[in-house]
Amino acid sequence: MSAPLVKLTKKDFVSDQEVRWCPGCADFAILAGVQKLMPELGIAREKTVFISGIGCASRFPYYMNTYGFHGIHGRAPAIATGLKMANPDLTVWVVTGDGDGLSIGGNHLIHALRRNVDLKILLFDNRIYGLTKGQASPTSELGKKTKSSPFGTVDRPFNPLTLALGAGATFVARTTANDMPHMSSVLKRAAAHKGAAFVEIWQNCVVFNDGAFDEWSEKDVRDERLLKLEHGKPLMYGKSKDKGLRIGGGFTLEMGAADGAVVHDESRDNLSLALALAALEPPWPQVMGVLRAVDLPTVDQLAREQEREAEKATRGPATLEALLQSGDTWDVTAGAGDA
Amino acid sequence: MTVSAAPRPHIDLQNAVVRFAGDSGDGMQLTGTEFTREAALYGNDLATFPDYPAEIRAPAGTTAGVSGYQIQFAAHEVYSAGDQPDTLVAMNPAALKVHLPDLKRGGLLILNEATFKQSDLDRAGWKTNPLTDGTLENYQVIKVDFEHLVGKAVEGAGVSAKDASRCKNFYALGLVFWIYSRDIEREEQAIRERFKKSPPLAEANVRAFKAGYNYGETIEALDAPYSIQPARLKPGKYRNVTGNSALALGLIAAAQKAGLRLFYGSYPITPASDILHELSKYRRFQLTTFQAEDEIAAISAAIGASFAGALGITGSSGPGIALKTEAMGLALMTELPLVIINVQRGGPSTGLPTKTEQSDLFQAVYGRNGECPIPVLAARSPADCFETAYEACRIAIDCRTPVIVLSDGSLANGSEPWLLPDVNSLPKIEPDFATDPAGFMPYKRDEKLARPWAIPGTPGLEHRIGGLEKDALTGNISYDAHNHEKMVRTRAEKVRRIADRLDPTEPFFDPEGEVLVIGWGGTYGSITQAVIEARQGGLKVGHVHLRHVFPLPNDLTDVATRYRTVLVPELNMGQLRLHIRGQLGLESVGLNKIQGKPFHVAEIRSTIESLARRKHLPAEQEIA
Ligand code: SF4
Repeated sequence: MSAPLVKLTKKDFVSDQEVRWCPGCADFAILAGVQKLMPELGIAREKTVFISGIGCASRFPYYMNTYGFHGIHGRAPAIATGLKMANPDLTVWVVTGDGDGLSIGGNHLIHALRRNVDLKILLFDNRIYGLTKGQASPTSELGKKTKSSPFGTVDRPFNPLTLALGAGATFVARTTANDMPHMSSVLKRAAAHKGAAFVEIWQNCVVFNDGAFDEWSEKDVRDERLLKLEHGKPLMYGKSKDKGLRIGGGFTLEMGAADGAVVHDESRDNLSLALALAALEPPWPQVMGVLRAVDLPTVDQLAREQEREAEKATRGPATLEALLQSGDTWDVTAGAGDA
Repeated sequence: MTVSAAPRPHIDLQNAVVRFAGDSGDGMQLTGTEFTREAALYGNDLATFPDYPAEIRAPAGTTAGVSGYQIQFAAHEVYSAGDQPDTLVAMNPAALKVHLPDLKRGGLLILNEATFKQSDLDRAGWKTNPLTDGTLENYQVIKVDFEHLVGKAVEGAGVSAKDASRCKNFYALGLVFWIYSRDIEREEQAIRERFKKSPPLAEANVRAFKAGYNYGETIEALDAPYSIQPARLKPGKYRNVTGNSALALGLIAAAQKAGLRLFYGSYPITPASDILHELSKYRRFQLTTFQAEDEIAAISAAIGASFAGALGITGSSGPGIALKTEAMGLALMTELPLVIINVQRGGPSTGLPTKTEQSDLFQAVYGRNGECPIPVLAARSPADCFETAYEACRIAIDCRTPVIVLSDGSLANGSEPWLLPDVNSLPKIEPDFATDPAGFMPYKRDEKLARPWAIPGTPGLEHRIGGLEKDALTGNISYDAHNHEKMVRTRAEKVRRIADRLDPTEPFFDPEGEVLVIGWGGTYGSITQAVIEARQGGLKVGHVHLRHVFPLPNDLTDVATRYRTVLVPELNMGQLRLHIRGQLGLESVGLNKIQGKPFHVAEIRSTIESLARRKHLPAEQEIA
């Protein structure tokens, strides 16, 4: 039985729960962006599930009028893996943060990516712990002074993109919550990807780390400091797209004129260029958009295929009764052993 | 080839205990399993106890590397693998060193003579040679030069010298087959089947096996071989089963009867891994096995699967269960069905990975943050793992709650004949998914206090759950003080009510008397045998073996008052004893052993006897 075709709108995806983020938090923009995207995907509300861990970002599922699961710290990718493997028909989103996804839950994140579970993983990166009130996170820049690091952090940060690429993610992208059109297009691409889609979203925490991304993503500088990746287009940036990145000697990138810039190809098997782009640090531009998008079988698919093959091969017991009686059995009849 | 035309006379025995012991590379577990299968097929009742080191290959020839497998098989019902072997096969001096103290006085000892060189003796820690220094004078010793004889037997079979030497265990098996008059033809087929990928290896092992058998005959190892008739077991179809296999089958049976996909999330850990291995074989039963990146992911994925409408299950041992603890709280809060299996081993920390212990009862009942009551069931024998797993799944689904199943290392690897259940008479399990949006409230409860199981994909029932405290009806986040108290009490009451639905407690043996033995888990066999023996001595003794460790049966205290004393034997420092004191105010005497080994029957029997005589009761009884 298929439901009648009712055109859903953004409002259909807004739950009745009061949104409790701090006024001005960039989470609001991401929520609005996701709610706006939902009807465009044409997927029924009941087939959509949002799963999160712990942290400000992880309140997200409560605000979506879909199925939702607010898990425990760091475990959302694992919960989502079980859900997706149990019912591959569902569209499953994971909402996590830099602490949740890269610190306490780092192990689950990398394994969800390497397994290529068909999940859309949104990592809200604000480079700080918000919900626990302002400690350094695994993406806080070296030397950052926070409540837990009054003299500055002494541990080097993770780069979420190189981490995801290194884990073998089949879809890796970055966007920022303060550029709604860009964020919408990246989210849409992630939604369309069959496999583990990893999206780092720069998300400003107005309370504990305000302005964390200003130096790149403020309107007046973003054209010069951000390089928006487009599949099949040269790697160009600058207000008038006059600068470009080219391959230099010894596998390195070089900055130069737009002319001769290397053409971006999301579908490259080889990771080196994607890693080089992901790892750029100032004064280089930071990349935005889809770094990698390749098609590989998902773990949920492969697992179901094994079941179908076992069924076809009709090897081994097929009924519960036959299963229990498999192996060496013997019968004891009344009076046996009395002899 | 059958052995001799004129069969020798047999000496009929009621039962026997045989232990195979050797280096971990000697194949003793296989030898034991083969002997066990034949005993089972022959119709003996039996119980086994494999005992192996944590290291896969500890230094050869040392006592640390000794692996043993014990079986008691009988013409009557058998409850434990036996205290002392009648026959010990020791494949090297280290095995002799470790196991000789257990061998019955006058028992039969089969030794691998070739391994008693000075260097072997040194490695095993023998100061003088036990073959010549009188150590063995109280035993019947059969010295066999395995290396030489096996080499000769497999000559021409087309295997390397190394592979030839690895046939020793089948030679030993053949010899023991002769001693106990077992059927060699069935075993020959089994060996050929086992090595069917390599005909030369099959041939070599068959030759070694038969040569071992013939050797017994030729040297007249005994005046007459023994024979043990089939046991008078309840009629029906049987198979021999280990606890881990039975447990896995119980899970599959429950999921099948409930019409649910089974999702098993697990991370490799001794001694629970065999459950994962077993389940992984059966792709045709709507069964997803997920080898997770860690213990936490294993349980988290199982919770996600349960949310999706599958039967989520995770299994591990104590250290892994510790890691799952937070997620168990999440399953309790979200009130989803989930089964958590703990195959206990010696603890704390990494402890004794391959040895058995019952020291995770507190962890199971009390080991979580917050008020977090989770039902705890314990299996009592390898075959009982099936029923216990089945019941745990039923409770989990009926009550929308996580349920813990406690097994242990001795049950997991031990085996016994299992009277196969009639699939149609297994209790019904109804998942009863919510489908009707009219009046749907995620936390509205039924008479068992279970909430609806509303799974993604169901139109109109979209809702959000999580680990934060929820409103008693809507399931929305609630920090309301009274709502929290109400929810904590409701979750506790839901679990408590499980006890109201249990059958009345009927003690085995005497319904009243001097001593009531209360046990749980893998001590069932030793306690049963001990009670049988104590009663033969004229004492009135009852035995209650708890499947439901939490919540406890409502009538346990009433039952206990019919006896003068309550004895609680446990392989821990007294966790059940403290648990029943705390939960029921029931006082008892503990018998506690923490050696990574099961109880000997004699230890329990003598404690029952001494308690029955004592006026003043100690809190804990020393092992006699
Ligand atoms: S603490 Fe920061 S991240 Fe959290 S809700 Fe407030 S502004 Fe947003």
